[in-house]
Amino acid sequence: MRREAPDWRPSAPLDVLKARAELYGSVRSFFAARGVLEVETPILSQYATVDRHIDSFAVSTPHTSHLTPHGFLHTSPEFAMKRLLAAGSGPIWQIARVFRAGEQGRYHNPEFSLLEWYRPGFDHHALMDEVAALLAACGIAGRCVRLSYREAFVLHAGFDPLALDAADLRERLRALGVAEPQGLTAQEIGDADFWLDLCMSMVVGPRLGVEAPEFVYDFPASQAALARVRPGDPPLAERFELFWQGAELANGFHELTDADEQERRFQADQTWRAARGRAVPPYDCHLLDALQAGMPACAGVAVGLDRLLMLKLGLASVAETLAFAADRA
Amino acid sequence: MATVSTNEMKAGTKLLIDGDPYSVIDNEYRKPGKGQATNTLKIRNLKTGRVLERTLKSGDTLEVADVEDKDMQYLYSDGEFWTFMDPKTYEQVQAGKEAMAEAAQWLKGEETVRITFWNEVPLVVYAPNTVELTIVETDPGVKGDTATGGAKPAKLETGAVVRVPLFIQQGERIKVDTRTGEYLARAGK
Repeated sequence: MRREAPDWRPSAPLDVLKARAELYGSVRSFFAARGVLEVETPILSQYATVDRHIDSFAVSTPHTSHLTPHGFLHTSPEFAMKRLLAAGSGPIWQIARVFRAGEQGRYHNPEFSLLEWYRPGFDHHALMDEVAALLAACGIAGRCVRLSYREAFVLHAGFDPLALDAADLRERLRALGVAEPQGLTAQEIGDADFWLDLCMSMVVGPRLGVEAPEFVYDFPASQAALARVRPGDPPLAERFELFWQGAELANGFHELTDADEQERRFQADQTWRAARGRAVPPYDCHLLDALQAGMPACAGVAVGLDRLLMLKLGLASVAETLAFAADRA
Repeated sequence: MATVSTNEMKAGTKLLIDGDPYSVIDNEYRKPGKGQATNTLKIRNLKTGRVLERTLKSGDTLEVADVEDKDMQYLYSDGEFWTFMDPKTYEQVQAGKEAMAEAAQWLKGEETVRITFWNEVPLVVYAPNTVELTIVETDPGVKGDTATGGAKPAKLETGAVVRVPLFIQQGERIKVDTRTGEYLARAGK
């Protein structure tokens, strides 16, 4: 059946598709020269991420129903790659197509390409060095500034993000003229991370990486995700993000290797989701078993290649880097 | 009550906010790596024309405004109401002064105009982008002066006043861009 036809033609001009192919070539050479093994892992899994702010596509087939999906499209190849590490793979990398429900905008397409790699023996600072080297190999300035999460907030928002509670953070944002989202719940208003996220996306993030790519590292422990937390006052998550031209390009961790702690975090995220009426997918038991068996201390990072290409070529949206963006897929 | 989610709001989506109809101009999705996503909407109030910004949490919904655009033919005005006809159903509707706002000064009769309806009542009437009208009053210009950039006011048959080049004479038909109010060219006979 023919409907009012969305444009059949590609979202990206052909020279951009060629630039993408060249970028992938540079990435492949970079890892080949460093002896990192290219791997492939499943896109469809019976488990899913339980990250508070990342939603998976659930897949149904004629053999299953909406209520008991056959599985989930992965939102990153992280869990499977960590199982390979636990099985003794050594350093590994891949470019994976990943899927995140509801992520659509100038910098987002629900289906996109992540470059993800893991380095046994590295910590997050050693991995930041390698990310900078990769950028240089892809023709993007290799010298990257590095500042802590706390320094980034002090510099661009004028306050210490680790010293304030939710009410103070809310007041600071008001003073900075940031519009509050409509219809906040009491849970959100009382959640310091909610206000820190808002400040990151409205105030701090857009001012990062203006001259050259810039790393932000050592996040609040409450935003550790899958990073290890370094004890201290306050304890800090050994996590980093890379920003360029105000957009986030990469997220990396000095990885959590403790299976029990990982399971506690999965359960806490499920509880958080359930309390807010969000979908609560099953967390990855294979990963927990792999961590139990022993994953080498390592650091890992995921780089958004579509965004990297968009910024490198000076394009206005990630759609312009995709053969067919979501509205034409 | 139909609602629309932040992910589905595009330029042109009509929303009902605080009892007023709005049209979405832009929808900016922002998401820190692993944090709460937001959508910042740039929206135009269809009653007042004012543009403002609203930020929502991604996934939140808003009510859809029952707003519809229709092309209709302008028939006549009694000075208080302007009467239009649907060329397909011959149904007639009347628009008041508020809905006519910018459009009234460009219409003389029989033009096809776009009308935005809200709850089936005309909310805004848009004149055609360009109109051809006769000049009923302007100072005599300088004959043969077709090159210099001078301009003078000219009153059109509908009452609108536009700036025209000096060589344009009273009684001539000219083409005008109604969005900017600018003279475009002499119109063919």
